[in-house]
This record gives sequence, structure tokens and C-alpha cells, in this order.
Amino acid sequence: MLVYLIRRIAQAMLVIAVMATLVFFAVYAIGNPIDVLASPQADQIELAAISQRLGLDRPLWEQFGIFVWNALRGDLGTSFVYAEPAAKLILQRLPATFELAFTALAIAVFVGIPLGVYAGLNPDSLGGRSIMGGSILGFSLPNFWQGLMLILIFAVILGWFPAGGRGQTATVLGIESALFTLDGLKHLILPAMNLALFKMALVIRLARAGTREVALQDYVRFARAKGLSRSRIVGVHILKNILIPVVTILGLELGSMIAFAVVTETVFAYPGMGKLLIDSIGRLDRPIVVAYLMMTVVIFVVINLVVDIIYAAIDPRVRLSEVKG
Amino acid sequence: MKRTLTMAALMVPALLAGTAQAQNLRIGLSSEPTSMDPHFHNVGPNNFMRRHIFQGLLTTDETQKIVGELAEAVAPINDTTWEFKLRKGVKFSDGSDFTATDVVYSLCRVPKVEGSPSSFTVFTRGIEKIETPDAHTVRFVTATPNPLLPNNMTTIGILSSKKFGGQNVKYNPAGCENLGDLPKSTDFNDPTKAIGTGPYVLTEYTRGSQIVLTRNANYQGQKAPWERVTWRPITSAGPRVAALLAGDVDLIENPQIEDLPRIKQAGFKIAQQLSNRIIYVHLDTHAAADWKTPGIKGTDKNPLLDKRVREALSKAINRQAIAERIMGGVAQPAGDLLPWPLFGTSRDTKPTAFDPDGAKKLLADAGYPNGFEIVLGTPNDRYINDGKISEAIAQMWTRIGVKTSVDAMTASTFFTRRNKYDFSAYLAGWGADSGELGNSLNALVATPDAKTGAGHTNRGRYTNKDVDAALIEALRTIDDKKREALLQKASKIAMDDVALIPLHFEITTWAFKNNLDYKARVDQYTIATDVTAAK
Repeated sequence: MLVYLIRRIAQAMLVIAVMATLVFFAVYAIGNPIDVLASPQADQIELAAISQRLGLDRPLWEQFGIFVWNALRGDLGTSFVYAEPAAKLILQRLPATFELAFTALAIAVFVGIPLGVYAGLNPDSLGGRSIMGGSILGFSLPNFWQGLMLILIFAVILGWFPAGGRGQTATVLGIESALFTLDGLKHLILPAMNLALFKMALVIRLARAGTREVALQDYVRFARAKGLSRSRIVGVHILKNILIPVVTILGLELGSMIAFAVVTETVFAYPGMGKLLIDSIGRLDRPIVVAYLMMTVVIFVVINLVVDIIYAAIDPRVRLSEVKG
Repeated sequence: MKRTLTMAALMVPALLAGTAQAQNLRIGLSSEPTSMDPHFHNVGPNNFMRRHIFQGLLTTDETQKIVGELAEAVAPINDTTWEFKLRKGVKFSDGSDFTATDVVYSLCRVPKVEGSPSSFTVFTRGIEKIETPDAHTVRFVTATPNPLLPNNMTTIGILSSKKFGGQNVKYNPAGCENLGDLPKSTDFNDPTKAIGTGPYVLTEYTRGSQIVLTRNANYQGQKAPWERVTWRPITSAGPRVAALLAGDVDLIENPQIEDLPRIKQAGFKIAQQLSNRIIYVHLDTHAAADWKTPGIKGTDKNPLLDKRVREALSKAINRQAIAERIMGGVAQPAGDLLPWPLFGTSRDTKPTAFDPDGAKKLLADAGYPNGFEIVLGTPNDRYINDGKISEAIAQMWTRIGVKTSVDAMTASTFFTRRNKYDFSAYLAGWGADSGELGNSLNALVATPDAKTGAGHTNRGRYTNKDVDAALIEALRTIDDKKREALLQKASKIAMDDVALIPLHFEITTWAFKNNLDYKARVDQYTIATDVTAAK
């Protein structure tokens, strides 16, 4: 287990280093941040002064050297746009993003799995077929359009929920979150739905396929023959055995929900990390983009690790000792 | 993505949910200020947010006319000295008095902002001395005559010197002394440190989420119309309109043209105003021997050096059609760099008339009867419908025989390439922040000179001695009448020589609830105190 962990961490460090280098040079290649940041009124004298203030007048290798040296000491750089540490700016957005991602995940799991299992057990019923039909919509409608539709129906026409933004926050047990206020939850529902719809469709299909397969297995037949109740068969014997693919996919998807919920965050003007990333790319704010993607790698590695541990918990055949290769 | 889907595509009539509470105003911003520090970043959203909290010595009204704010009178004493008489009895929001020292302190701080991505030193440069004969008089002594000093003073927010221990500040153009504990930019994001004399005080600043301002109890001027103003950045246009329709916000900036009928139909109001932003096409007229213009094929020479060719390209453009069909009416064809009656413009300057036959003839006269090929560089996410305008121009030019292809890209890439002289022709825009023509001429058509800062955005590298002479003279003439005449002269020479091709002035739009009114502004700023309850 320990060896496994150490290997995992070493791999992650390597990925982070490669990623940071690639992104650093890629953002540099897109364009010069000063051309975007400076007021159009700035003349040549002022442009030179800005270059110097932001350290962009130095040769590229020197800028990279400074970045590496600072990164080794835990400083991921200072944003060109906000003159604040990039890591701090990203972490400020983290609570909002986590709220959104985990709410969406909860919706995907607690709505998706029951629907999928139902559709798997009753594949030819009207209900089962409507669920499958609905899940195709979840897949195929563009996220952006879905978001606007949700806003139009639930905010503009019905007026049930606000059209965007993050609601009030409250502090419970030292954690400040919008999950603890009614206003916060109201603001969260539409964007979380928007983010969850695609994942939910995915979960429904996985759960359905898994259920259909597992339901025909001998041990399920045996359980039925033994006279176990239907709820116990479905709730324990089937559910536990369809979870492995669902957990794998959700693990991967959770990472992308945290790091790249850009479309949802843009449509709902939601102050999360994805919005910060896309704004920073537009303004060529290299320190934020680089730091952001480094943190993304960390998040993905952590999630994968958690997924592996959950595997071991739900499937006793899985052991956490990676085979070489 | 944001341009393919607009609320106009959603064909359901909107119902209003709730009405505005009388004392609260909620505004949807199209771009977010990057800081609450008044001296951090010289860009529109920061500048208009600054005006609510930190006043300047002077300010501009909705037509960009200069009016007094912390100063009640301003006059030149001689060619190099401006005297400002300060208003008496003005207090900062923490209750302390405003005096001449605060002015000195604020000007001293401008060049000292760490990490500023675009500072205000362009406005404070060249001040040799600041004298304060008494607590309510400030005299600025400049190295050379500077007629624009009053314009410049509309851009600098005044801080409290006492708040940061700078009561004994001494001005020195090379770096002031006794500055006390200079605030960092991030300090101003804290409401207890953002102390100004403006009608509002900062109550909350949550980046990406909202900015809340409340009435300043110590404000001496006319009481602000709203107790509480909440600003929410909603940078995507469709969702911004949705937020208005859903009743989340009371007023929004820059709704998309396509959404205007829907907004009106849903019972909301629109305010529009011709802005100081010109959209133009600049042409590479760099004549150096070692320079080969990058985007032209079919000829060895640079045809753009010939005035007849430039004139032909201008005549080939149907500005009226662009304004009406592509811009949906939110543009006015331009024949100058600023719309009349802003300072320096002439009433009788007319846009070049659409004349494709005349254009072909000019091309033939210039020795290009079969035209040539050219690439038109353009951003596609910076100005209203910029990519579409460029495509229309390409068609119009192709019609007179100049085969044009469009190279469209995102703004960050475009400006980097433009500044490296990657285009023989490019479309861009210019907003004259100072509201007078000297600013536009100096930026766009003056001969580039890194030492003086002239021609800094003249990326076609146009040069004309007569324009330069008139402009340089204007920029050191204090007398307004004479200066205006000189600017008119410089502009006429440049426009007659087709230094660049002016297309149109953008019209700025605001949309809001029908129980409100907004005094739409030339400078595209959104100012909460200009929003009033409809009578």
C-alpha cells in the first residue's frame, strides 16, 4: 500500500512538472499579455514600464527560470491582471466550485442510479423506455443551450430560481458555504442541474447496462430462489455489482466537473474556478493559467487515488498493489 | 459559442418576476473591474467604478464635457501653470477633511503602484512641481505647456493622505518623499481602507461575484439616488439579458443587438448613445527601403503608399449598409476620428460616399487596373460584430478588384500580431478617453516616436509632416479656440490624405426596467448616480 502511494505521488510530480513547462511556453506563444492588459491609451514609454513591472522584459528562459525557482519554494507566481498570488486567487474560487461540482455529482448519483436500475430491471416498460429516451437528450443537447433553457424556463418564465450568480454564504463548523443558506441553495440548483444532466445521462446508461447484465447472473437467480426479498436483491446484490464502472466514470467526470465547468459557470455567471481559467486565458494571465493546470493535475491524481480505494472497498478482489507495466 | 445562441432564439415571451425595491439598484456588468484600487488599472470598468468611491479634481458629464468635482474652478496662470481652486468643506467617507495635501499625495502614489498592468502615469507625466499656497489651492507646473492637464485630472481618483500617514508628503517628479505607509492595491479591496469623497462607499467586494456600494453618509453633494448598488459581472451577453428578464438585475450594459426587440417586447426600456469609439481600417504605409508589407500579393510595390489606392479602398466601402445591416443601427458612419460635436471635430466633415465606379477609376489611375490581393486582419471578439464587418469590407474591396481575404482571430492574438506589424490592413477601434480629437490624432495618425509617445497605436506607420506640425502645435496651445482650430486642421489634412479609413462610431446600449431612466453616456461608462426612477 505504501509503495503504491509513493509511486503514485512520484508519477503525479512528474506529470505536474511536464504540464507546467508545456503550459508556460504555450501561453507565451499565444501572445504578449501586455497587448491585452494595457490601456489602449498607453504609449511606448508606458508599455516599456509595464513590461518591466511584470517582468516580461526579460528573456523567456530567464522568466522560466524565475518561475521554476519560485515554484520550488511554493510560490506559483503573481497574476498579471490582479497583482495577487495566483494560488490565492484560485483557492478563493475553490469553495464555490466544490459546492457546484459535489451538488451536481449528488444529483447525478441519486437520480441517475435509481433511474438506471429501474430501466435495467424493466427494459421494455414505458417507464424504462422513456428514461432511456430522456437520457439521449441529456447526452446530445449542448450544455450551453441547456443552461440557457433552464434559465429561461425556471428563472424568466416561472421565476422560481435566480438566473445566475452565487447566493449568500453562511459559516457552519468553520466552513463558509452557500450550501447552508436557502438563498445559496436556490442559486445553486439551476447551475448544478445544468452540470449534472450530462453525467446523469451517463450514469443512467451505465447503471442500466450493468443491471441487465447482473440481473441474469447465477447468484442473482440463486438469491431469488432462496426467497430473498426483491429490495434486498436489487439493493445489495445487483447494486453493489454495477457500481465499479459507475465509480470509475464518475471519478473521471468529477475531476472535469471541478476543473472545467467553464460553460456552466459562464452561462450562470457563477464565480467558480472554471470562469477564472477562461477569463485568464482570454487575458493571457500566464501565472494563473499555469498554476491552475498544475492544481488540476493534483485534483485528478487525488480523485483517482480515492477511486482506487473505493474499488477495493466495493470489490474485495481488487488489491492496491499495482503490477508493473 | 456566445454569438451563435442569443436569447432572441428563445421564442417565449418573458414574464416579470417581482419589482425593484425602491432603494436598491442591481446592475449587470459586461466586464468586471480588476481591482478597487483607483490607480491600479487604467481600463473602463475600473475607471467608472472608481468614480463612485473616489472623486477626481474634475470629472466629465455624459457628453464628456469637463466639469468641476473636487475643484470648483480651474484656470491657466501662464503657459506652464494650471491653478485649481478646491471645494471647501468636503469630507472623506471616514469624516476627515479633504485638502490640497490629499491631491499631492494621490499624484505621488500614481507611479508607485506595484504590479500595475496599466498605470495612470500617462496622465501625470511632465508635472515638474505641485504647489499648495493654501489648503484649498493647488498649482501644477509642467515642463512644457500642457493644455490637457484638466482632462488628465478627470482620470485620477483622490485618496486620503491621512489614512496612510502621508500628511507631510513632498512632491518630486523623480519620486516623492514622506509617503508614509503606501497602500498596496489589494488594500483597497477592504472597505475600511477604500476611503474616498465620492457619493458611495465600498461595502463588499467579492471578485467574480459582486461589488456592493452603499451611500456615503459624509457625502457633501447631491444625495445619491440609491441607498445600495449591487454590481454583478455577467460577462456573457445571453445570460446577462436573461438576468434582466428574470428580474435578477435592474439594468444591464451592452445587450446584444439581436436581443433588443425581445427586451422591448418584454416591457423593458433601452437607452442608446453615440460613443467616442471609432471603428477604422488602418493601412500599412511604412515606406522604409528594407520593409516588405506582409499581406499583399500581385504587385512588388506597396500600393497602399499611393493615396489614390487608399482613397479607392475608402470609396469602395458602403458605410451606410454596414451600419444598417451588420450593425443593426447601433453605428453611425464616420468621416472623422470623433463624432461631432466633441472637441476638435468639424460639423461639415462627412463620411466618404460609397462610389465603387470612382474607386475602380482611381485604382486604374494609380496603375492597378486589375487590382491586387490583400489580407485584412481583424479581431472577432473585441468590437460589436467586428468579424462580420471585416467580411463585408472584404467583399466590397473584392468587388472593385482588390481581392481581399479576412484573417480573423481572438483579440489577444490579434493585438500581439498587429503590434508586430503583421498586417498590411487591419480593422480596430479607438475610444478617445479624453473626449477630444488630439488624443485620437496623436494615437492613430501621428508619426510614431518612442521618445514622445506620439503615434503609439499608429500600427500602419502613417507619417505626414503637416499633420505632425499642426498636432504638435495644438498639443502645446493652452488657448481652447486656437487649439480646436489646429486640431481641425490636422484632422482635415489626415482625412483628406486617407491616413486611415474611418468606418463608423459605435452606439452604446443599456437596457433596464421600465420604472428607471438612464442618462446614456458618450464614454460608455455605467454610472449608478445617472440611473433615476422614471417620472
